[in-house]
Amino acid sequence: MGRISETFKRLKKEGQKALVTFITAGDPDLETTARLIPLLENSGADIIELGVPFSDPMADGPTIQLSSERALASGTTLAGILALVENVRRKTEVPLVLMGYYNPILQYGPERFVADAAKAGVDGVLLVDLPPEESAGFRSIAAAAGITAIFLLTPTSDGQRMKKVLALGSGFLYYVSVTGVTGARKQVETSVADRVAEIRTRTKLPVVVGFGVSTPDQAAQIAEIADGVVVGSALVKLFEQFHGVALEQRLAENVAALKQGMS
Amino acid sequence: MSLPDKQGHFGKFGGRYVPETLMPVLMELEQSYRKYRNDPEFRAEFRYYLKQYVGRPSPLYFAENLTRKLGGARIYLKREDLNHTGAHKINNTIGQGLLAKRMGKRRVIAETGAGQHGVATATIAALFGMECEVFMGEEDIRRQALNVFRMKLLGAKVTPVSAGTATLKDAMNEALRNWVTNVHDTFYVIGTTAGPHPYPEMVRDFQSVIGREAKAQFRKAEGRLPDVLVAAVGGGSNAMGLFYPFLNDTGVRMIGVEAAGFGIPTGKHAAPLCAGKVGVLHGNMTYLLQDSHGQIAHAHSISAGLDYPGVGPEHAWLKDTGRAEYVSVTDDEALAGFKLLTETEGILPALESSHAVAHLVRLAPQLPNDTAIIACLSGRGDKDIHTVADAMGVVL
Repeated sequence: MGRISETFKRLKKEGQKALVTFITAGDPDLETTARLIPLLENSGADIIELGVPFSDPMADGPTIQLSSERALASGTTLAGILALVENVRRKTEVPLVLMGYYNPILQYGPERFVADAAKAGVDGVLLVDLPPEESAGFRSIAAAAGITAIFLLTPTSDGQRMKKVLALGSGFLYYVSVTGVTGARKQVETSVADRVAEIRTRTKLPVVVGFGVSTPDQAAQIAEIADGVVVGSALVKLFEQFHGVALEQRLAENVAALKQGMS
Repeated sequence: MSLPDKQGHFGKFGGRYVPETLMPVLMELEQSYRKYRNDPEFRAEFRYYLKQYVGRPSPLYFAENLTRKLGGARIYLKREDLNHTGAHKINNTIGQGLLAKRMGKRRVIAETGAGQHGVATATIAALFGMECEVFMGEEDIRRQALNVFRMKLLGAKVTPVSAGTATLKDAMNEALRNWVTNVHDTFYVIGTTAGPHPYPEMVRDFQSVIGREAKAQFRKAEGRLPDVLVAAVGGGSNAMGLFYPFLNDTGVRMIGVEAAGFGIPTGKHAAPLCAGKVGVLHGNMTYLLQDSHGQIAHAHSISAGLDYPGVGPEHAWLKDTGRAEYVSVTDDEALAGFKLLTETEGILPALESSHAVAHLVRLAPQLPNDTAIIACLSGRGDKDIHTVADAMGVVL
């Protein structure tokens, strides 16, 4: 069993929900990311998503767009991110999921990518612009390499769509709580509870909810209805104001507060 | 075989590489399009507006002076520049506008580079009583001030995009983001034969009125098929519109002209078919300008409408199968084409269309006198006067 499944199993036993944190790999540089992964874990993150920066992030709001630009400006590449994971993996067993867009993977070579990612210790991959219809080839080579391919459902997914996506998903199901791009929102949409409940009747996969979750209160609300909560832009926003030790302190505080809210 | 296939693929190109939120929306759009494309009432309404509002059919003009000047093949110009709003873009926005109306969408959004598609979308929004927001790169807003003002006069909101390179590709990112956020009431009017399925097919179908008319007009003029078709390719909608009705006429050569900008070897160009690599951007797989890590590269062309790092997937397919040829001309050659057509025929072509004219300069003299070329004059050049003056060192 992989690290992702083990984590959900352990949390279930403990009566806890998963806190999934997102930061962009290479923002502001990969050395910082290497320091931040253990810090996020020690502060309460159960799963860590690393954004693979892309020049044209069409599903992302301004916060993650700017973060991707900073990461690319420091010369971050997919090869560099895989080397970083390989390094970090010596120190931690926290599940690591790479999240991003298909083109950088396509240019790296999908087969070479899953082989190198598995070797480095990547657990899952979530490609925002590779829906089930286009992913048959990628799914099979990922599965063969032991990499979990994660899919999303959204407020626009109807019953038929849910069936299709759930049949292919592995690791966990990512429910996008808003009809929109990534970024902090003031309120959690009221339909989330109903939608998550409906998805749960159709799958045994753990369901995590993301997009728009930023405060401990919102995380607590989501934790009552789902198996996990993803927080991204609210943490990435801190990179705009803080650097070095100050950034580490803020991130640690925020992650601890989110985890506490969910407990 | 009729392409694309059910998933929107032209061979390996095309498809639907989009965030999950958009998948159900694209499927709904595809279903509506399938339903209405063969609906007699929809077709009649589309034809009505093309005739009475756009002013179609556009003339197929025998450019006698240019033919004599270049020596060689007889040159015909398909005069899309004479359409209402001054370019071929309106053919497509009428079609998508009528579809949006039937789907009950009260708001349309669009991306624009040169501003021609933005103007064409703002125009149909005014015509059909819809709210309209156009996304445009800040760099393009600067070089196309006239079209920005036209869109505003037509009641559209023009939203500047400063991200990335602040040109067409970034405007498209922002339009996609806005669509993801407002899918319930918004119809995204894509202006070219790119984007996720069904857009490349749908835009091609709406634009193929260009080729159908040209074929019939040429038959009337010369009693046969033309020998060569020439059209500028950015995203590729005027070229696809001209080419598509001739695809099965294998004796007809088809040549797409990309923007070589400062020259292909400088790296500052917009010629993904001539010098790009296969990748995924804006919902489809196609040839793209990109670095070895898959980051999309900056495109450059003097023509804002060609300044895009990708190209429609059907062109990628036509290139790989060899059915169409793709060449490129530089900014300087395009400017020379602009001046040549203006001086010989009294027609100011858009800088986009000037790329097709520039290729005629190379091609026509090499062909015998009894051959004929149809070139698509996709738009008129009034919008580019300031750019041309700048390039000539003239202060207006």
